[in-house]
Amino acid sequence: MSGRRKMTRRQMLARGAMGAVGVAATAKAVGAAEKLAEVEPPHDPHSASTVGVVTDASVDPMTFLEEFDFGRVSTLPGGQTLRTFEIHAVDRKIEIAPGVYFPAWTYNGQVPGPTLRATEGDLVRVNFHNRSPHPHTIHFHGIHPANMDGVFEVVEPGETFVYEFVARPFGLHLYHCHTVPIRKHISKGLYGTFIIDPKDGRPPAREMVMVTNGFDTNFDGENEVYAANTVAFAYQKNPIVIRKGELQRIYLVNTLEFDPVNSLHLHGELFHVYRTGTSLQPSDYTDTIMMCQGERHILEFTFDEPGLFMFHAHQSEFTELGWMGVFKVVDVMA
Amino acid sequence: MSDSKAALVGWGLLPIVLLTVVAVAVTNTGLLELLRPAPPVEEIAFERVSLAPGEITLQVANGGPDPVTIAQVTVDDAFWNFSIVPSATIPRLGRATITIPYPWVEEEAYEVALLSSTGLTFSHEIPVAMVTPPPGPAFFGVFAAIGVLVGVIPVALGLLWLPFLRRLERKWIHFALALTAGLLVFLGVDAAEETLEAAAQVGGAYQGTLVALMGVVGTMLFLQVLTRRRLHEEGAEGRMGVAFLVAVGIGFHNLGEGLAIGAAYALGEAALGAFLIVGFMLHNTTEGLAIVSPIAKDRPTLRTLMILGLIAGVPTIAGTWLGGMAYSPLWATLFLSIGVGAIIQVVVALYKMVARQSPETVWTPLTAGGLMAGLVVMYTTGLFVAL
Repeated sequence: MSGRRKMTRRQMLARGAMGAVGVAATAKAVGAAEKLAEVEPPHDPHSASTVGVVTDASVDPMTFLEEFDFGRVSTLPGGQTLRTFEIHAVDRKIEIAPGVYFPAWTYNGQVPGPTLRATEGDLVRVNFHNRSPHPHTIHFHGIHPANMDGVFEVVEPGETFVYEFVARPFGLHLYHCHTVPIRKHISKGLYGTFIIDPKDGRPPAREMVMVTNGFDTNFDGENEVYAANTVAFAYQKNPIVIRKGELQRIYLVNTLEFDPVNSLHLHGELFHVYRTGTSLQPSDYTDTIMMCQGERHILEFTFDEPGLFMFHAHQSEFTELGWMGVFKVVDVMA
Repeated sequence: MSDSKAALVGWGLLPIVLLTVVAVAVTNTGLLELLRPAPPVEEIAFERVSLAPGEITLQVANGGPDPVTIAQVTVDDAFWNFSIVPSATIPRLGRATITIPYPWVEEEAYEVALLSSTGLTFSHEIPVAMVTPPPGPAFFGVFAAIGVLVGVIPVALGLLWLPFLRRLERKWIHFALALTAGLLVFLGVDAAEETLEAAAQVGGAYQGTLVALMGVVGTMLFLQVLTRRRLHEEGAEGRMGVAFLVAVGIGFHNLGEGLAIGAAYALGEAALGAFLIVGFMLHNTTEGLAIVSPIAKDRPTLRTLMILGLIAGVPTIAGTWLGGMAYSPLWATLFLSIGVGAIIQVVVALYKMVARQSPETVWTPLTAGGLMAGLVVMYTTGLFVAL
């Protein structure tokens, strides 16, 4: 909110007058508005949302939720698995809320970039082609040589760079551009999830990826739109259907810029937290988890009751600016 | 004869015809697209914000060079349902009405923002939320009462200084006239500040500052031409002319003041604090003094005095109605600037009047002191309305 303006002589006069007028006319207006309230109750939870449908977001939030890129798989002479990924940087306008277009910088034409997935010990090779007019890099979180860190080896427009490293340690990581100015390159959309599975895997579960992000559409250094997986209110308008009694696993990655802290709060259940996913033992059992920029957690939970359960940032402002969704728990999947 | 006349018309039209040809060429060759900055320039002005229980209604205008598409609406940083008519895309110089079902709370502050398709935001603050009275008997009645209180009554009371003035020596009459000029200069500067503030809110295409300029200069010239004979007459006739001019000038000023009351209503800036009206009555009583000072030595009829008072006071009422029903920053700029022009013209007329009656010099300790006293009086009474 902007600060209070200085009040001029005329405004003071006007306000004095307005008190009298407002009181005189309230009674009549109340009658008229009661009729309106029946048509569209302003306290309906669905009132606090965007209006319309997003069709050009670069990702379909429903598909993206469960889409993993395992790369092109081959086996090296020593028996090691090689996973080759193709990533290209391109500029693209994306629709982040109905009718609101953001001039994004993307990996593979989508925000967030593809969810890359490997198993601990695999050799990961990423062929990065910069097809945008700006220099970019890919900086992976994890353990790798210095020259594979995507910081000092800036990839100029039209150039290609090959990142190669052994996937370790297992856990939930991320990748993002590290070209200066970094805040600009990240907030424009250059980030994605990088999952390294433990060699023996995790217990069977229904798996989802949620990248919590935001968009500064008017470039004032603050986000106008917040979301999980780019599209504001995507999972509110289309609830995520999950089966009662089935273990759910969320790979939750926070790539939000400008706001130092983000969070997830789950209604009606608690979840086990695997911080950074680097341990198979949960570190917490809670219903609200806080994340700094770049922080990520694996969350596991099971719903025992059918119904609609909301999940959202517990910063109410982020919630009401788009980072909110609903799980629809059902007895039997349709 | 007709031949030379045709030639005259032809030569007169030639540059216009050629200009049209060039303009058509520029618009049809894609040159404009090259000259345009890549991102569209978007401008939205809030013309009217009204509140009903559970509902906020915005009337907005596109004052920029490009069409603007309103994609989403937020209230206090929360996306909210809304409907927009006639279309979400507002053409250049076009308007739209946005209705938001919102559970606003009386006397609290809200910020409404529009998010355009390109991600630009346009926000408007509602400093104190109150139900906006719909135009009806209550609306007209209460505004008329306020107009009478802050416009008509103070002016009428000020006119009652006439018998007092009549008993003063000429040099003290000049003091009163200088005092009047001081009051008016204060009001003029105040109105000029308001004019520029309103002009700044006008969409770029409407050129608010130039509208203000036309309002000021146009009014000055209009009054100058209108009073060119009367004011130069000697004696009572000329002095009465000055009195009428002062009344007209103050009337224009009060129209602007009324407009501001109505405008605050139109923009949802309603607030409590009716006690302030008393302060303004005190402030505005000086306007009556200003009107009768020029005719202090004459014997105007009661009817004349009443007409003078009504000319000065009644526009306040008209202003509140006009501002409340059809407010836009553009109209506010125009009316406020008319008030400024009228006041400048009145001050000039007062100066000439004193000059005519003072063969030696206009500026004596009494006239200089009177002018300063006028400013000080306005400043001091102004303290009663400043919180």
